[in-house]
Amino acid sequence: MSFLLTCPHCGTREVTDFAYGGEVVSRPVTRPSARALNAYNYFRANVAGVQREWWYHRSGCRTWFQAERDTRTNEVVSVHLPSGDGGGRGPHEPGAAHGDLGGATVG
Amino acid sequence: MTRPRLERLQRTEPAPARLGPQPGERIDRATELTFTFDGKLVRAHPGDTIASALFAAGRRTFSRSFKYHRPRGLLCCAGQCPNCLVQVGDAAGVRACTEPVREGMEVHHLNATPSLDLDVMRATDLAGGPFTPPGFYYKTFIRPRKAWPLYEKVLRSVAGLGRIGAPKPHRESRTDYRRRHADVLVVGGGPAGLVSAARAAELGADVVLVDEGVEPGGHLLAEGRHELACALAQRARDAGVDLLAPAAALGNFDGIVPVWAGDTLHQIRARRQVAATGAIEQPLIFAGNDLPGVMLSGGARRLAALYALRPGEVAVVATCDDRGLEAALALREAGVRVAAVADLRPAGAGTAALSRGDGSSGGHADALRAVGVELLHETTVVKAEGRSSVRAAVLASVDPSGRERPGTRRLVECDLLVVSGGEVPAGSLLLQAGARAVYDPDTGRFNAGELPEGVHAAGAVAGARDGVEPELSGSAAGADAAHALGLGDERSRGQANEERARLARSTAPEAAPAPAVVGEGEGKCFVCLCEDVTAKDIAYSVGEGFDSIELAKRYTTVTMGPCQGRMCQLASIRLMARSTGLSLDQVGTTTARPPWSSVPMGVLAGRPFEPAKRSSIHARHRALGATVMWAGDWRRAYDYGDPEGEVLAVHERAGLIDVSTLGKMILQGPEAGAFLDRLYPNRHANLKVGRIRYGVLGSDSGRIMDDGTICRLAQDAFYVTTTSSGAEAVEGWFQWWQTEWRMDVRITDVTPALAAVNLAGPRAREIMAALTDLDCSNEAFAYLDGKRAHVAGVPALLLRIGFVGELGYEIHFPAAFGEHVWDAVMEAGAPDGLRPFGLEPQRVLRLQKMHILVGQDTDSESNPFDAAMPWIVKLDKEDDFIGRWALEQAQGREPVGKLVGFTMNDGASPNEGAAIVVDEGPAGRVTSSRFSRKLGRAIGMAWVPPSLARDGAAIEIADEGRRLRAEVTTTPFYDPDQERLRS
Repeated sequence: MSFLLTCPHCGTREVTDFAYGGEVVSRPVTRPSARALNAYNYFRANVAGVQREWWYHRSGCRTWFQAERDTRTNEVVSVHLPSGDGGGRGPHEPGAAHGDLGGATVG
Repeated sequence: MTRPRLERLQRTEPAPARLGPQPGERIDRATELTFTFDGKLVRAHPGDTIASALFAAGRRTFSRSFKYHRPRGLLCCAGQCPNCLVQVGDAAGVRACTEPVREGMEVHHLNATPSLDLDVMRATDLAGGPFTPPGFYYKTFIRPRKAWPLYEKVLRSVAGLGRIGAPKPHRESRTDYRRRHADVLVVGGGPAGLVSAARAAELGADVVLVDEGVEPGGHLLAEGRHELACALAQRARDAGVDLLAPAAALGNFDGIVPVWAGDTLHQIRARRQVAATGAIEQPLIFAGNDLPGVMLSGGARRLAALYALRPGEVAVVATCDDRGLEAALALREAGVRVAAVADLRPAGAGTAALSRGDGSSGGHADALRAVGVELLHETTVVKAEGRSSVRAAVLASVDPSGRERPGTRRLVECDLLVVSGGEVPAGSLLLQAGARAVYDPDTGRFNAGELPEGVHAAGAVAGARDGVEPELSGSAAGADAAHALGLGDERSRGQANEERARLARSTAPEAAPAPAVVGEGEGKCFVCLCEDVTAKDIAYSVGEGFDSIELAKRYTTVTMGPCQGRMCQLASIRLMARSTGLSLDQVGTTTARPPWSSVPMGVLAGRPFEPAKRSSIHARHRALGATVMWAGDWRRAYDYGDPEGEVLAVHERAGLIDVSTLGKMILQGPEAGAFLDRLYPNRHANLKVGRIRYGVLGSDSGRIMDDGTICRLAQDAFYVTTTSSGAEAVEGWFQWWQTEWRMDVRITDVTPALAAVNLAGPRAREIMAALTDLDCSNEAFAYLDGKRAHVAGVPALLLRIGFVGELGYEIHFPAAFGEHVWDAVMEAGAPDGLRPFGLEPQRVLRLQKMHILVGQDTDSESNPFDAAMPWIVKLDKEDDFIGRWALEQAQGREPVGKLVGFTMNDGASPNEGAAIVVDEGPAGRVTSSRFSRKLGRAIGMAWVPPSLARDGAAIEIADEGRRLRAEVTTTPFYDPDQERLRS
């Protein structure tokens, strides 16, 4: 696996700079059924196509962000800091200057 | 032939091969150096290759073939074919024709016993034909079945080329990786590559050009156009092109092109790639086409132009296009008598006016006739006569479908048979990038079809016309690459369009497709020189049902040898088409896979890059004679030579261990406590300032991820330690949830900033008191208290915890003071008998306390209930926490196993990993096992079935064939009531 990934803070880097955090899954809000809990813990969609996933800039700013990546081609469609509490931050095109995040930070 | 005879090389010495000075020759005649070949001294000039020096010294046989041990001579002189593979020192499979000579190098032949010129295994060629079809070793040698192991042993010793040198403790050479990002990568330094690189750079792109030759120029160098090559290279350099040569592009790996250049493996990622890899001249398939003296036209010309060598005395040339005619003229210039030129094309070919000015008015055919060289049309070579080298060529007329016309044979004596069977685009990098090979019946070429995004092609690899006009093609491709990057302007776009139009108007070279094979029945006609596959073998494999090119490839191993199909892919496709009745298009090509060029494994392995972390106290451990070992990324003191004594020191007096490797984080903010409560299954928000609590970190599936201690520094600040190996993962885990939750807390990793030592043992209090103003009495500084104080003048955080089971203080302080604090503690403790202790004694000490090591005593299935720590899970916490739901489920479920301690009945320690056996079946495993001198018995921890997880239960352990008996213990082996810890 080899491709470039754009950290919303630091810019474009080799993917080896980052740690993969898996598909974005939602943690249940209230106590789930056993089936729902196991699905959350163990089942992944494993799509052949574009998926939303977590990346951690391990050798950089140590920020977690999300990317939309085509699992077939490794083409990264977009990266963005998770909106979390509804900050409403839009997707960030890879390759663009990271200044257009408007100084957004996590936490 | 009645009986096989061993061949001997011709005894007559060939005439001196070295020519007078040639324009653009690579050798430095003023200097001489020597090397040895099979122990004999060989003279050479700097600039020579092994092959050119040996050729100059009279050698014509360079190797023996893989299967039949036939003599093989120089064929391509471009590192494409397998004919000159030699052993250089410990390196097997070096191509003599491209490997530069070095003073004193030791070169040996491959695959011949006793010598290259006399090889007893040649018997397989003379006698073995009918017995050695494809897969013969499974057919001929299968009966009696019992004898196969013996056959296999013999076959294995006969198979393979070269020797692997004896293992050496240290590698002689290392290759470093270098990542290179570029706008444009151009692969190939021929005229097309040089111009496209220059053009893209002139338009503003950052361009890297790589070429496998020692100097760029490609085929120009062999064609006496050295000056043009230099001029084009200079243009590229002037434009700022980063020119790497010799540098071999190995393949296309997800957009990264690894390029091997000397001791560096460049991993080049470019936004656009231009393949200017040229085309590979193909041999012809006829009887005896592998004899020494049969040479590709390019090979013969390279010998003459680059190394000033006369490739032969009398030549016959057989060709399908103008390439052979050009070669005939060039060889004549080099003093070779050209006896005849056989051109497959009908009369009239080769007479078109030349686009490249060389003084002649007509085509090459006219030039040849003008100097009296006999030119035969619709004619090819059907057989090379000779036993160990070419003595004559048998020429015959063929019809347009490639069949020999009876009664047209003619014998022409020669010692050099120059063949040119057309060209194959060297499109492997394009195909690896995702292009498909498409057959073009007009030119007889498999061209790369539609190119993938980001990839361009220039020169002969792009098409037959591009090959005729490489500079035009290169300029257009270079401009295209730059334009795709947003560079250039209207003018440059206009120029590129004009270049494309001119290219489309240019005349394609006249070529006749080479016949699949001629002269069959007259002798072996080799398709694959690497693996000795003949035309007959291909037909044979089709007859056996292997009728697709991919199957025939695997069955006959054609295209699978060192040449990787460069010499044999097209020929094998033609033969498949003939045997199956399919068109070439229908037969198709095999998949192109990296590496494209031969590369030593060591180059790919690179420099072993194992970053080592060392604590700031490391030098002291070294000075104390510590056994230093790897612990994850860390270099740590395993012991100081006496692990048992170190354990006893901790029990009886005091010990000091460097625990700087622990992960350390500071959590600060009003919600820090609430944050920890969400992450850990126990409570932390209610922890009093200055107190410490143990924490087990779990995932949402309830499994144990890490453990450590948490000390409340202030109402809004916590100091969190993790295991040494889990430090980075835990920080990532905290950051991840914080990204989700966005609580009012800041996470700061202070692992590398702080050093830590653990001072433990009954005398620890006195030593501690001597180092600080703090009241260290048990009342003022109790078990699980955390206090800030100065230790030996250094601000520190003291944690009174007890991983090793004795009264102890973990001292955390700025890493820069590591040696200072260590020295101070050692000095203060000297009167009390303080000793340093390492990891191994610590493991024994913690095992006595049944303190788990996460990842050793637990695995990815272990939850705190089963790992004997149910007390850590507070399901009565009001709010949700990570793992809560899974732990709620686990609580009501009978576990598969439980973690317990055990004591050995008979004293012997089992290995860690040994099986717990119930009813002769595996039912668990030993996770920790040590002999405790303090307790006088072997102890351990193990996962056992729940029914056996009670004090006194008898368990059976199977360990390397032994059966051992042990007794289960569920409370710590040492100080179960924590009296010593709290004292």
